[in-house]
Amino acid sequence: MLEIKNLHVEIDGKKILNGLNLKVNRGEVAAIMGPNGSGKSTLSYVVAGKEDYTVTEGEILLDGVNILEMEPHERAHAGLFLAFQYPLEIPGVATMTFLKAALNAQAKSRGEEELSPGDFMKKVRAASAKLGINPDMLKRPLNVGFSGGEKKRMEILQMALLEPKMAILDETDSGLDIDALRIVAEGVNAQRDPNHAFLVITHYQRLLDHIRPDTVHVMAAGRIVKSGGPEIALELEERGYAEYIGAAA
Amino acid sequence: MGASVVMMRTPAETALIERFNAEKAGLPGAAEARAEAFARFEKSGLPSKRVESYHYTDLRSLLRNPAPVAADAVAAKTLKLKGFRRLGFTNGRWQGGESAPGVSVKPLADAYAEGLVPGLGMGQSSDVVVDLNTAFARDGVAIEVEAGAEARLHLAFSENVASAQSITPRVIVTIREGASLVLVQSHEGPNAVAYQVNEMVELRLGSQAKVEHIRLNQSGDKAMVLSNIAATLGEEAELSTTQLALGGETCRHQVFVTYQGENAKSAIRGATLLKGEQHHDSTLVVDHAVPHGESRELFRTVVDGTAQGVFQGKIIVRPHAQKTDGQMASNALLLSDEAGMSNKPELEIFADDVLCAHGATCGALDENQLFYLQARGLPKQQAEALLVEAFIGEVLEPISDEGLRDVLAGLVSEWMQARVVA
Repeated sequence: MLEIKNLHVEIDGKKILNGLNLKVNRGEVAAIMGPNGSGKSTLSYVVAGKEDYTVTEGEILLDGVNILEMEPHERAHAGLFLAFQYPLEIPGVATMTFLKAALNAQAKSRGEEELSPGDFMKKVRAASAKLGINPDMLKRPLNVGFSGGEKKRMEILQMALLEPKMAILDETDSGLDIDALRIVAEGVNAQRDPNHAFLVITHYQRLLDHIRPDTVHVMAAGRIVKSGGPEIALELEERGYAEYIGAAA
Repeated sequence: MGASVVMMRTPAETALIERFNAEKAGLPGAAEARAEAFARFEKSGLPSKRVESYHYTDLRSLLRNPAPVAADAVAAKTLKLKGFRRLGFTNGRWQGGESAPGVSVKPLADAYAEGLVPGLGMGQSSDVVVDLNTAFARDGVAIEVEAGAEARLHLAFSENVASAQSITPRVIVTIREGASLVLVQSHEGPNAVAYQVNEMVELRLGSQAKVEHIRLNQSGDKAMVLSNIAATLGEEAELSTTQLALGGETCRHQVFVTYQGENAKSAIRGATLLKGEQHHDSTLVVDHAVPHGESRELFRTVVDGTAQGVFQGKIIVRPHAQKTDGQMASNALLLSDEAGMSNKPELEIFADDVLCAHGATCGALDENQLFYLQARGLPKQQAEALLVEAFIGEVLEPISDEGLRDVLAGLVSEWMQARVVA
């Protein structure tokens, strides 16, 4: 599904990713764990197509197609989704208006009919209810004045509506209390199936108690330094990142 | 002792003086007010950028050739609004229109003949553009809304000129005690004609009167548009005035609000979208002359191309105007590197128990917001349009008439689409 080969990335001349290799298969939930500053968020932004970064070497393939030359919206149309660590506040744009614009833009790219207003409302209401999102929130400007937990739930709502084949969750657990964490995890688990893949980026093992990964990768100094099964997460919880920071340097 | 400075008269000033002397005998009514206003103009001349309130809009160099008075013309097609009584004006001249219960409308000349005096809405302020309108206005109407009446009026101004001509209408609206008025004022005119408008609306609100005023500037792309609103607020009166400005080449929109009765409220808002080489100046003077007044100002300006936006907002709180609550904000969004914006908020506070605040910002579209929207599948141009429409939408949002709000939002959206095509 997602294959990253020898990715080198700089920002303002500073090297952040240093020959990163990663493969996430269809139907797989992969986790990336790593210390602060290891380049986890850079990786998610570069895959989603943020402009500030310079890719000096390497490839990012989605279903075998190199997406590096694509605009961010084209990557979204190709089935990629990034749940932001810090979802942006968009004053003046009602959440509902935004959701409709996003859904319609993606439907249009696939040559599909736009949903009728009635069907759209039904779909959003049903998905919101599952995530415990109050319908009144959908009338408010997107993320403006939302709590940390509400913003993260809104990200998962967007993911549920857009049904991406490859979703990246960047530190979705940060700033969440345990109840919000469980709701968010349930939202992700509800979408797990053989056709969808997830890349869960996190600093802590806690989220992985709720979203059980198939594979776990350890990232340090801009590279994947170890890959394996869920047991790696438990090891990290016990021993911390010290040995990897040393190994990568 | 001091050196006396004699300003050289510009050809435009000389032409205006000659014109006033030639025309004054034929101008309808209000002779005294005209003479006083013109005397002030003769003394000051056209303001250059050395005059502080005209620093960013140097009228002395901008107004080179006062255009001849526009001739009569047939009405051009204009904006139609549902649910409003329509009064049509062509080249500033009232074309007659529907009457409404509780509302009287008469030609300005008739009202002047009956003793109506222009300029009372200016309070202690004076301004040269207003003075020129007062001196030269020959067309327009006087409107009176009876006590307790409710009215919805649309003043539809359309200019039908093929050469540089000048249009100087005056509208004086008296809103009696407890009356309520929604007043839409739309201006449309031909592109590629350097016509000149100096237009003024006086709003005189009696106690507990409510006015919602909306001005739409869709003037032609070579027009010079000087527009003026002067409002006086009686006790517990409530005024909101909102302008959406899209047209004109050089524009200055002035709003003067004077609080005469206590516990009055005003909201002054402006949404301005500029492109090409447009220049638009919004200048406000809010004069809290009595206690317990509340004023809110929100101006949003979007500037593209090499256009220049100006916001000057002055809140005056007179010595006895305690418990005044004034808040002013001007935010600009620059869509190109050559676009410019000058923000000048001013507070002149002479009372000690007041709440006044102002804020001004100026910046480009937020790259992170754009990326977020793009990452959800919106192409960049659509993401930009969404953000710009939202930015402007906050100014238009309080407009009570949904149909009108949709018309205005549609114009903003068209403006963004035209930008993409260009």
